[in-house]
Amino acid sequence: MERQPVDSSGAGRGTLKSYATGFVLSLTLTVLAFGLVMRGALPLPGILFGIIGAAVVQIVVQMHYFLHLDASSSQRWNVMVLVYTVLIIAILVGGTLWIMFNMRDHMMAVSMLTGH
Amino acid sequence: MTAQVIGQDDHDPVSNAAFGFWLYIMTDCVLFASIFATFAVLHHNYAGGPTGKDLFNLPEVFAETVFLLISSVAYGFTMLALYRNERGQVLRWLIITALFGLGFIGIEITEFRHLIMAGNGPDRSGFLSAFFTLVGTHGAHVSVGLIWMAVMMFQVMNRGLTIPVKSRLMRLGIFWHFLDVIWICVFTVVYLMGAL
Amino acid sequence: MATEALFGKLTFSAIPFDSPIIMGAVGVSLLLGALVVGLITYHGKWPYLWREWFTSVDHKKIGVMYIVLAWVMLLRGFADAIMMRAQQAMALGATQGYLPPYHYDQIFSAHGTIMIIFVAMPFFIGLMNIIVPLQIGARDVAFPFVNSVSLWLSVFSAMLVMLSLGLGNFSHAGWSGYPPLSETQYSPGPGVDYWIWSLQLGGLGTLMTGINFFVTIIKMRAPGMTLMRMPVFTWTILVTMVLIMLSFPVLTVTLALLTLDRYLGMHFFTNGMGGNLMMFPNLFWIWGHPEVYIVILPAFGIYSEVIATFSRKRLFGYRSMVYASIAIAVLSFGVWLHHFFTMGAGADVNAFFGIATMVIAVPTGVKIFNWLFTMYRGRIEFTTPTLWTLGFIVTFCIGGMTGVLLAVPPADFVLHNTEFLVAHFHNMLIPGALFAYFAGYAYWFPKAFGFRLDETWGKRAFWAWLVGFYLAFMPLYALGFMGMPRRLVYYDDPGWQLYLEVAAFGTLVILLGIIFQITQLIVSIRRRKELRDLTGDPWNGRTLEWSVSSPPPFFNFANIPVVEALDAFTDMKERGVASTHPAEVHSIHMPKNTPAGVAMGGLAFVFGFAMIWHVWWMALAGIFGVLATLIVRAANEHVDYDVPASEVERTLLSLRGQR
Repeated sequence: MERQPVDSSGAGRGTLKSYATGFVLSLTLTVLAFGLVMRGALPLPGILFGIIGAAVVQIVVQMHYFLHLDASSSQRWNVMVLVYTVLIIAILVGGTLWIMFNMRDHMMAVSMLTGH
Repeated sequence: MTAQVIGQDDHDPVSNAAFGFWLYIMTDCVLFASIFATFAVLHHNYAGGPTGKDLFNLPEVFAETVFLLISSVAYGFTMLALYRNERGQVLRWLIITALFGLGFIGIEITEFRHLIMAGNGPDRSGFLSAFFTLVGTHGAHVSVGLIWMAVMMFQVMNRGLTIPVKSRLMRLGIFWHFLDVIWICVFTVVYLMGAL
Repeated sequence: MATEALFGKLTFSAIPFDSPIIMGAVGVSLLLGALVVGLITYHGKWPYLWREWFTSVDHKKIGVMYIVLAWVMLLRGFADAIMMRAQQAMALGATQGYLPPYHYDQIFSAHGTIMIIFVAMPFFIGLMNIIVPLQIGARDVAFPFVNSVSLWLSVFSAMLVMLSLGLGNFSHAGWSGYPPLSETQYSPGPGVDYWIWSLQLGGLGTLMTGINFFVTIIKMRAPGMTLMRMPVFTWTILVTMVLIMLSFPVLTVTLALLTLDRYLGMHFFTNGMGGNLMMFPNLFWIWGHPEVYIVILPAFGIYSEVIATFSRKRLFGYRSMVYASIAIAVLSFGVWLHHFFTMGAGADVNAFFGIATMVIAVPTGVKIFNWLFTMYRGRIEFTTPTLWTLGFIVTFCIGGMTGVLLAVPPADFVLHNTEFLVAHFHNMLIPGALFAYFAGYAYWFPKAFGFRLDETWGKRAFWAWLVGFYLAFMPLYALGFMGMPRRLVYYDDPGWQLYLEVAAFGTLVILLGIIFQITQLIVSIRRRKELRDLTGDPWNGRTLEWSVSSPPPFFNFANIPVVEALDAFTDMKERGVASTHPAEVHSIHMPKNTPAGVAMGGLAFVFGFAMIWHVWWMALAGIFGVLATLIVRAANEHVDYDVPASEVERTLLSLRGQR
């Protein structure tokens, strides 16, 4: 193992420009998210939507500018396993929340009412 | 290993180590996802104890976030120096990366210490158990990354930029950027949504 | 206080001197162990074992060691089974059997944990280690050193389970370890901790294996072997590795959270203080259900290979077989709630997961039909592997149907936690997984060792297992309908006893099967000259593992084969290009043996042991040792070497010389 040169290791190469762009975008999105919560200027659903949106965009930004994931053929397997992992994570997290909150509602969770 | 893969479309001989490491990152994503799911289920189980709103200090978390972001970008510059084969520059950027990473861990440890001293440790409530575990697991990963970074500095100094060293630095980079991505989820779900 | 810092919770009273049954078991285990150690020492084989096996990174040897582990643990797990069946057969009314409840609970917990984690897993991982690189025309796996670490983590975590027999106790909370029973409040002893750490360390090894073989199959296939030319066994392994990578981290987390509850007083699964104990089954089965397919899918792959080879036909519906496996990979992540229909979710949730469970029967049904159509009009040879396969098809269909029955939530409400469930999952796992591993063991044995297994004893073993299986588990279905709960230590209903006696008799017939299998091994070794496989292709096989000598040279292929069709070796034989001695050989790059794998496994064992007994300094030493070994290993850049062409030639000739 470990005999190929780093260049062909599967991860795309970054440039000064890509890291700088990624940094500025990430910082902006972070400031936006913290600002939304700390100023509290919007109604609650607006803030929630804003910070979740900012987080999703920032994840995509960092995947693109820092981890250099794209649709090129050299990255095909990397992207494919990522997509499948995200699918399974969606099932795992979504399913868990659905099950657990459904169960809580059906069992009139005493613990929730008494604050335990 | 010499076995080339002709049977598929990508003719770029992709290193097994990099692909294997990417798969490890995927398994780590599932690991974090399970802890996030647990946190989401327990996030209102205060057991009469303090809530996120009572405990979280957002300016401190913002500082943490910026530290980790700078650290992540600094690692990008390590990689740029690596492409140029400049050993001294690689070392310098590694040190900068590690310092900001240490700063991040330092703030986190301070936060944990204050919480525990005030009686709000992980054994206080289901919510705090999940909080400490989720944030702590991320912190543990960052700490392992820092140890790895120290080992790599040593290897860069002693051995120079050999192919195995380069390959490891590249994988450490994936790890480090990945931890920043996880942190985006942590500060959004735990701190920002918790402080609402 | 000083002794506590030094030894944690460990005292002499941890050894159960007062329990004659346990001490007897410990005595027998120690005696057998001493016998093996003594024999090895007497013959002076330690240096050989260390040099050629324990430090080996050769996937074929690692595979053999995995299978040895599986066999040893099968004997242990089966001893537990016999004890349980004996207890239930005699535990009517005031007699209450011969086992105290606390001991009985440990036995069924150990039986489940051992059979799934330390028999099924190492058995298929061993088979895949030996065969997959050969099937895809590779010289080794992607990360040979990681492979060695995985093996030793499995071996040493199995040793933790064995250790619990004589030092402390094992978990009494069932193999699934549900809280709050598994929390400190109700299980203060080391038992649950043994369960946690053996599963945790073994799971870590499995996870690394998952990554290793996924990379191997994706990146190291011989030229021309497209995904759709891969043998079905390799395909099922590929899908299995995906399941491992995405499900085992969930197990890691589940166990870690329970660990935090137990060690640091956290409140994930506790009754009060904001814990939610229902989260544990949820997380456990997010891992646990894919785990079922992790042990079943490779079995499907083995059956496919065996059926095609011994029907002398190409496998019917190769593509549908592949797509069915992929469908299972996705669907198996969407059915976990059917393990806890009765926990209190609403009808909408239960209906969704019930229907999803029924849907997953469809791809499995596709496979059954494919095997039947493969046999249709084939020239079927009734070898031992074929018999295991036929026994599987019939028996598995019964288990599948009871599974669909259990997938209906209202029916599950009646049958949940009864002997019906016990019958169902044994009906899936014994024919579904274990029979396949036995088939694969007989099928690939000559490839690994150069001689075939004795057929007569193999067939006797099969019939004993099959008959024993039906006797042991069909009565349990009836008992389930009669309302007998699972895991009962004694009971008052005399109507149950006859069924339980039949079941106990069934286990004795299975015992006969195991004795026949041991006899088969001994007889085969003694008759190895007659059973020698000189061609490397004893069954007229269809895939690349049969294109090399038996046993294969350590580098597998002197020249990497070029694949032009599905069933690559059959294609080569038809084109007349098979088994030709390479015109010229070149030097080959191979990894060196290393003691780092066994060292890391041993240090992880020290860590696990210390955590179980709260010996903190030793735990730190163990974890530091693992880390240090890893760093030292990373500092070594001479981990592989060139085998000169002359040595390649010499190895090929010496293997030929055996013929």
